Amino acid sequence: MVAHLVRLKLTLMRNTLKKSVWQTIGLALGILYGLGIATMALIGLAVLGTTAPETAGQIVTIVGSVVVIAWWVVPLFAFGVDATLDPQRFVTFAVPQRQLLAGLAVAGLVGIPGVVTLLVSLGTTLAWWRSPVAALAAVVGGLLAVAMCVVGSRATTTALAPLLDSRRYREVLSIAAFVPLMLAGPIIGWATAAIARGQDVLPVIADVLGWTPFGAPWAVASAVADGAWGLALARLAIAVVVVALAWVVWDRALAKALVAPRGGASAGKSKGLGWFDRFPATPVGAVAARCLTYWFRDPRYSGSIAVVPLLPVLLWFVGSSMGIDGGDGFRELMLVLGPLTAFTFGFAISADIAYDHTAFWTQLSSGVTGFADRAGRVLAAAVLGVPVVTIFAVVSVAFTGRWDLLVATVGLSLGVLATGLGVSSVVSARLLYPVPKPGDSPFKSPQGAAMATMFAQMITMLVLLALSLPAAGLALTNVLTGDAVWGWLALVVGIGLGGLFLVLGMRWGGRLVDQRGPELLQQVMSYK
Amino acid sequence: MAHDPEPRDLFPPTTPGAPEAPTAPAETAPVLAPAAPPAPSTQGPAAPALSVRGLWKKFGEKIAVAGIDLDVPAGSFYGLVGPNGAGKTTALSMATGLLRPDFGTVHVHGLDLWANPLEGKRMLGILPDGVRLFDRLTGAQLITYAGLLRGMDRQTVAERTADLLEALGLAADANTFVVDYSAGMTKKIALASALIHAPSLLVLDEPFEAVDPVSAANIREILNGYVASGGTVIVSSHVMDLVQRMCDHVAVIAGGHVLAAGTVDEVRAGQSLEDRFVDLVGGRHTTEGLSWLRTS
Repeated sequence: MVAHLVRLKLTLMRNTLKKSVWQTIGLALGILYGLGIATMALIGLAVLGTTAPETAGQIVTIVGSVVVIAWWVVPLFAFGVDATLDPQRFVTFAVPQRQLLAGLAVAGLVGIPGVVTLLVSLGTTLAWWRSPVAALAAVVGGLLAVAMCVVGSRATTTALAPLLDSRRYREVLSIAAFVPLMLAGPIIGWATAAIARGQDVLPVIADVLGWTPFGAPWAVASAVADGAWGLALARLAIAVVVVALAWVVWDRALAKALVAPRGGASAGKSKGLGWFDRFPATPVGAVAARCLTYWFRDPRYSGSIAVVPLLPVLLWFVGSSMGIDGGDGFRELMLVLGPLTAFTFGFAISADIAYDHTAFWTQLSSGVTGFADRAGRVLAAAVLGVPVVTIFAVVSVAFTGRWDLLVATVGLSLGVLATGLGVSSVVSARLLYPVPKPGDSPFKSPQGAAMATMFAQMITMLVLLALSLPAAGLALTNVLTGDAVWGWLALVVGIGLGGLFLVLGMRWGGRLVDQRGPELLQQVMSYK
Repeated sequence: MAHDPEPRDLFPPTTPGAPEAPTAPAETAPVLAPAAPPAPSTQGPAAPALSVRGLWKKFGEKIAVAGIDLDVPAGSFYGLVGPNGAGKTTALSMATGLLRPDFGTVHVHGLDLWANPLEGKRMLGILPDGVRLFDRLTGAQLITYAGLLRGMDRQTVAERTADLLEALGLAADANTFVVDYSAGMTKKIALASALIHAPSLLVLDEPFEAVDPVSAANIREILNGYVASGGTVIVSSHVMDLVQRMCDHVAVIAGGHVLAAGTVDEVRAGQSLEDRFVDLVGGRHTTEGLSWLRTS
């Protein structure tokens, strides 16, 4: 059974590769990346072996804990990313559960993350090359850690699967996942800086983690190296017991999942007509109400709203780590908040028709004009975008205390927003690329579309940047010269030129929708 | 197209003209009366509701529709039958403005649809097969959306939405997201969206698939009332009995061609429609295989 499942997984991987060249390139890059990480880790471990054994143990424990936590938690957020061996698919086969479990556990290691984890876990022996007994303990600990990763991740995903079946919960989770993703970089940078300042927190963190299931298997070797046999035994016991517990949880949850049918989650409800009551009863209003409903209810859109409140946090992190001589950092960086938010909102509707997917037929069959369609979509984005962008622009000025730049900042921000919406109105009708389908995870990138997506997004951004240059130049002149006249010019040019681009974009895009409506529908239909 | 035809006994035979159980409230009647078609100026007073000439469509190497001519008289209840992959959906997509034909013309009440798409589409109500809906809207929102898109005023949209939800048995689920609807409910809400603007020509692709027998009876009653008040309905289906009972005209399509078209009695020529269909299309074979499947 184990061999069967491993072979099945390998066959599935090989078959995806046959589908397109880009998949092959993607896998090759993935392998290179994985090998790179493994090599770096192994070299790092060997170097650690030359330092004081205490430090080596602490670092292995902390980093190892992060790896285990990642194995446990990431699959919960990234549902639908890899379901090649979803236990649900084995429901109709009469496979004894014990064998199925063992097979799934081993097959879980097949793949780049699994192999890299296995390599590096066994590689922790390198950190103990000066003490053979500890090195031996590290082999045992490493294998336990791998078991902890695989069995633990299977246990959490299988046990929580009924919860993940609820559409609403899945959607909330997938949006929540944006937060750590966006902030991971800055937080790591910030933490490294903090650690560099005060070395003495490391032992405390490592000691605490060593008593948790995440750190226990990694901490066995360091206890052995210290000659603290009791401690080593205790940590070994924790690791073994938790792996066993996770196995039992997985076993039970799988047994339940294999007999209980999926689905049956309660249906979502919403009172009244919502935005349809608040917009004018016209085709434009109907399109806008529909789009705005989607902004809040479809995770593919609400993901881009969820990113917006994180932008100031991100800028603050980046700004403060750019600090010179341990000062406040580069606070003025916050001034780009308004234009950056405007850019995000403008860009958000650049794949609108692809996001509609085949539901676009509703509009195509209704005889609504292309211009009304474009106007409705712009209106929905503007209802959210204009207040948020304006507030962010003012807040950024208040944060930096540069009230002299208020006019320029607001002008540039609104200009970028209008230009972005105009450009997107054309792009979404001209440069379609496959996006996650309605109901899919926002992280699930459609297969074999990387090239088209990159091309379309690159073009959109370049055009948007080029069209924003006049207002940006005037605002920058205001910053450099300190002359308020340039700020007022930035306001007039930003809003004037942006408004012009917006109207032209909606007209051009509207004509494209009128002329190519049936072709657009065929194109989204081909995105399987 | 992997669906099997629905079991035929879902639709118990009714004598033509016999009143069915009055499940729909009386006030739905005015909603479903079609708007009068515009006076045809170019063609005679008897311009067909839908007239298709020389329709062709090729997808890559595969010819899906190979020269279809079809006239659907105004006020008829027209059935379109054919085996899986016959080109029904492709033909209907081209006839309703969703798919541009390679060759051929489509006239709706005498108006060239592909030359005047916006005007033509206003006379059409369509229910395509195998496409998504804006399913993050609730049922009530989706119908309202369809109505407002057509430029109707808020008051009328609200009244008709309530009527349609009631008539199709969806009133209790008006505030449920369409994404959480069952397959049959989704068909019904899509049908409601196609009806809201009281089109003069309804084109329904597989309207009874996955719909329960009670709802199917309700839908047939609504469609019968609609035809009686002057509207034209085109339905595609796999279920021959249903078409024979419900429709007055029928066309048999296979391999992208029209094999037979006319009134139901003309086409079936004394046989049952199902037997006639199998004769026309061919492909039945008695099989001796799968003997291991017999359990005895």
